[in-house]
Amino acid sequence: MVEAISFRNDAASAEPAITLDAFVAEQANATAVRLEPGDDARALIPYLDRVSLVEVGFPSFRDGRGYSAARILREAGYAGELRAAGDVLVDQLPFMRRCGFDTFAPDAPIDAEVLSRSLDRYDVHYQRAADETVPVWKLRHG
Amino acid sequence: MYKYDQYDQAIVDARVDEFRDQVKRRLAGEITEDQFKPLRLMNGLYLQLHAYMLRVAIPYGTLDGRQMRMLGHIARTYDRGYGHFTTRQNLQYNWIKLEDTPDILADLATVEMHAIQTSGNCIRNISSDQYAGAAADEVADPRPWAELIRQWSTFHPEFSYLPRKFKFAVIASDEDRAAMRLHDIGIQLVKRDGVLGAKIFVGGGMGRTPMIGPEIKEFVTADDLMSYLEACLRVYNRYGRRDNMYKARIKILVHEIGADDYRRQVEEEFAQVKLLGIDPPAAELARITAMFAEPSYEIDAVDDIDRGDPDFAVWVDQNVVAHKQPGYAIVNISLKPVGGIPGDASADQIDLMADLAEKYSFDELRVTHAQNIVLPHVRKADLYTLWQTLDNAGLASANLDLISDIIACPGLDYCSLANARSIPVAQKIATRFASLDRQRDLGELKLKISGCINACGHHHAGHIGILGVDRKGVENYQLLLGGSGAEDVSLGKITGPGFSEDGIVDAIERVTDRYVSLREDGERFLDTYRRVGMEPFKEAIYG
Amino acid sequence: MKILTGNDLPTGDVIWWTGSGWSRHVAQAADVGEIGETLGAEEEAARRVNGPYVIEATDTPDGPRPAHIKDRVRALGPTVRPDLTLKPGDAAAIEAIPHV
Repeated sequence: MVEAISFRNDAASAEPAITLDAFVAEQANATAVRLEPGDDARALIPYLDRVSLVEVGFPSFRDGRGYSAARILREAGYAGELRAAGDVLVDQLPFMRRCGFDTFAPDAPIDAEVLSRSLDRYDVHYQRAADETVPVWKLRHG
Repeated sequence: MYKYDQYDQAIVDARVDEFRDQVKRRLAGEITEDQFKPLRLMNGLYLQLHAYMLRVAIPYGTLDGRQMRMLGHIARTYDRGYGHFTTRQNLQYNWIKLEDTPDILADLATVEMHAIQTSGNCIRNISSDQYAGAAADEVADPRPWAELIRQWSTFHPEFSYLPRKFKFAVIASDEDRAAMRLHDIGIQLVKRDGVLGAKIFVGGGMGRTPMIGPEIKEFVTADDLMSYLEACLRVYNRYGRRDNMYKARIKILVHEIGADDYRRQVEEEFAQVKLLGIDPPAAELARITAMFAEPSYEIDAVDDIDRGDPDFAVWVDQNVVAHKQPGYAIVNISLKPVGGIPGDASADQIDLMADLAEKYSFDELRVTHAQNIVLPHVRKADLYTLWQTLDNAGLASANLDLISDIIACPGLDYCSLANARSIPVAQKIATRFASLDRQRDLGELKLKISGCINACGHHHAGHIGILGVDRKGVENYQLLLGGSGAEDVSLGKITGPGFSEDGIVDAIERVTDRYVSLREDGERFLDTYRRVGMEPFKEAIYG
Repeated sequence: MKILTGNDLPTGDVIWWTGSGWSRHVAQAADVGEIGETLGAEEEAARRVNGPYVIEATDTPDGPRPAHIKDRVRALGPTVRPDLTLKPGDAAAIEAIPHV
């Protein structure tokens, strides 16, 4: 079992995440849902106050749909655990963090030192995303 | 032109550090080639037919003498003494070593340059009109808007793993000098009731299935631009095909669901995104626009040109274009000498052009998508001396938009995707039509050659287009007629069976001979073709 | 015959398996028979080659001649810049490229 990575203060959810279809069909009980790349994250928006974990699958690191799914959920006000799972590699983590992911379940181990360097490398970003970063244009003009 | 502040510089410097780390990890075997490939592509580094190829970004084709000189320095120090200007206004080096790339990027960063996102499934270089800031017909300089888009798209965390590459072009005139309608998103700045805004076209492209982008948004102001583009990209990221890389561009999506449905989805997304406050304030566009202020033109600069020297006069007529400021002119430097390699420039030529820009053009140059160079603001009084210097350096071919001003991709001589060589074909055609008198008689004739169906030579948009194919291991060339990348945009039609390398040169000569016999008053080749159709030409070609 | 090729990872040089190591010259390429892919995978794992693959070639007195034109251009260099090829003084090398 590869070590999961968390940027949250609370414990990662251990509840098994059910599919989006199953969640929408019986939302009363479940609090953890898994989105595949082809799922529309917007379908979850009416239920966000009942969700404590959304796991977004990355079957291939090249498939960037999960980045949009994450941002959409954060933009809708979701504050629970947002996990990227699967082919999650260290070089994509900084973008994933900016899109709102706060836990990671990679298939292969991630070198903690490389990760730390990657996350600290860029002090500034051009555009506003789902993280706390103040975009450059705001630093310029206040 | 745009000058970095501490933030721009910090971002580029961090990128150098990041890539240095990624290269180190690759060389040490900590990441596989499969994992490394998207990372190096997002930094413009290809593994090509003979070596690594590095594509340096030249944002909207604009650079200064200092930057040009750095490009020459890199050619000498790390490559084999030359560079290749591309159809997206960038520069390519063909003989790069992976182990040198971090140092090359560090060198580039010292002059505000980089190779960020010049490849990969992300937003690429924003291209623009090579006459921006100098042309009388623009409603405004399009480049500040291009710069806004460049910053928004650089290291965009949501859009760095798109289904496929994504290309923008921004123009600001009705005349389209940047093939805007053949881009994933094409933008034309327009004025409505005195307010500057943008018309947005989505879903154009060349490649295997060329398409002309339909208008998706009639008018968007700078205040809404970023949110609107974000919405456009988000819909593409969501629905663009990922099962088949040949059907993954946004043009396929817009074509499949229709422009109306795509527009509706974008508006739906835009309504949400607009609430997020991602649009920079007006002050940011104003800050950028101030850097594109007009140069301090000389008042009462002499507006006449002494045409005494006949060779100079020919060059003026062909390569020098009217400038909006009296006493000034726009100069086109041809990188298409007959028999030369289209778009290539030696390090010495690059240095010379840097010097000439500093001396004669307020230290500014442009790269055109036709693979030539522009000095945008030259005093008419300086034209003759400038021409003499260019002529001595083999840079004064008076062939702008003539048949020897060929756009050619690198083709099988350099590119691992190619099926046929394109450069020798270009050389043979140019040599066949070497006579400048003959070329001028034929008039405007945009000939474009691609060495494979990926169409990097824009052959679909050529008045005459050539597509190189592999026919049982032998190079074969298909001929197309009637394409145009300008505002009268159209896609070329194939004439019939293909030809050998020598055969295609003969076929083109039969086409031009037929044109000359059929043309009416002032018709360009393209006009005659549109009037009479394919049949007369097909007859001439195949007998 | 079948020969094994790839690129040198740090430099990007085109290289050919000689039977005991890697050479920049296709004339030294060895016939790898049916073991090319396995061999390539081993060499790649040891980081002595990047992206190896097997191609068809015909045996000639001057060494293996790649069967496909693209591989012949790759073996020699750009035909439009003889000075940058591996045989700068040899005009015949470029002439031989298109012939099947």
